[in-house]
Amino acid sequence: MVPVSYYVALSAILFAIGALGVLVRRNPLIIFMSIELMLNAGNLALVAFTRLYMVLEGQIFVFFVMTVAAAEVAVGLALIATIFRKRRTIDVDLMNSLKG
Amino acid sequence: MTIDLFVFFVLSLVAVGSALGMLLSRSAVYAALFLVLNFGTASAFYILLNAPFIAMAQVSVYAGAIMVLFLFVIMLLGTESLPTSKALPWQAPLAAGLALVLVLEAGVLLFARNAATGSIAQPVQTFGSPSGVGLDLFNKYLLPFEITSILLLVAMVGAIFLTKQEKGER
Repeated sequence: MVPVSYYVALSAILFAIGALGVLVRRNPLIIFMSIELMLNAGNLALVAFTRLYMVLEGQIFVFFVMTVAAAEVAVGLALIATIFRKRRTIDVDLMNSLKG
Repeated sequence: MTIDLFVFFVLSLVAVGSALGMLLSRSAVYAALFLVLNFGTASAFYILLNAPFIAMAQVSVYAGAIMVLFLFVIMLLGTESLPTSKALPWQAPLAAGLALVLVLEAGVLLFARNAATGSIAQPVQTFGSPSGVGLDLFNKYLLPFEITSILLLVAMVGAIFLTKQEKGER
């Protein structure tokens, strides 16, 4: 018997670690990985509640989240590769050419 | 302490440890490998939670496709050796404080206000089988499923368009 609040707490901790990664790291690839970690934490909470209430909709929603994450990674990595080709750097602090 | 509580704690220790490893590692390749480990433990959680289809999709989509794409880009760009800008001195402590506030808020909601009650017993046989998920997906949720196929097509076209070399460039 595992209380569902333990799963949600683990999900919250993983989400916070992901948010921390977005805030402190300056390599966009690692920022991207942190976003994946946050999506994954949300999925974990969804699957835990799916199991608790015995309805299948949560698992189907997780499936859709996964496809959206895959699409997002494909476009995002293409953007990072293009920026690297133009600027020869991907440090997010150096991408300030739109700054007024 | 029952066996499934023990399994839960061991797995969550690995999950949090690998997430912290991803956060703290200097090298992007190590961060990607830590994240693969984290996705593996998430997949084990899904099996514990009666979601074998999601567990397999997790391994094949996240650990298989997404992380391989990440490793490809890391190695293609060779960003390990690039110089980085100087960190703002107040950035890391402020971010750590904000993350701590987030976790404390979730903890207060969960354990002091009892936002989520109930517990999850042993896996049951008839719930969450891939055939059940597939029946729901192709009957009740057919339209969203078709829309995801269009979304993936758009993402693929966008990625190809973004990385295409213009004639005369370079």
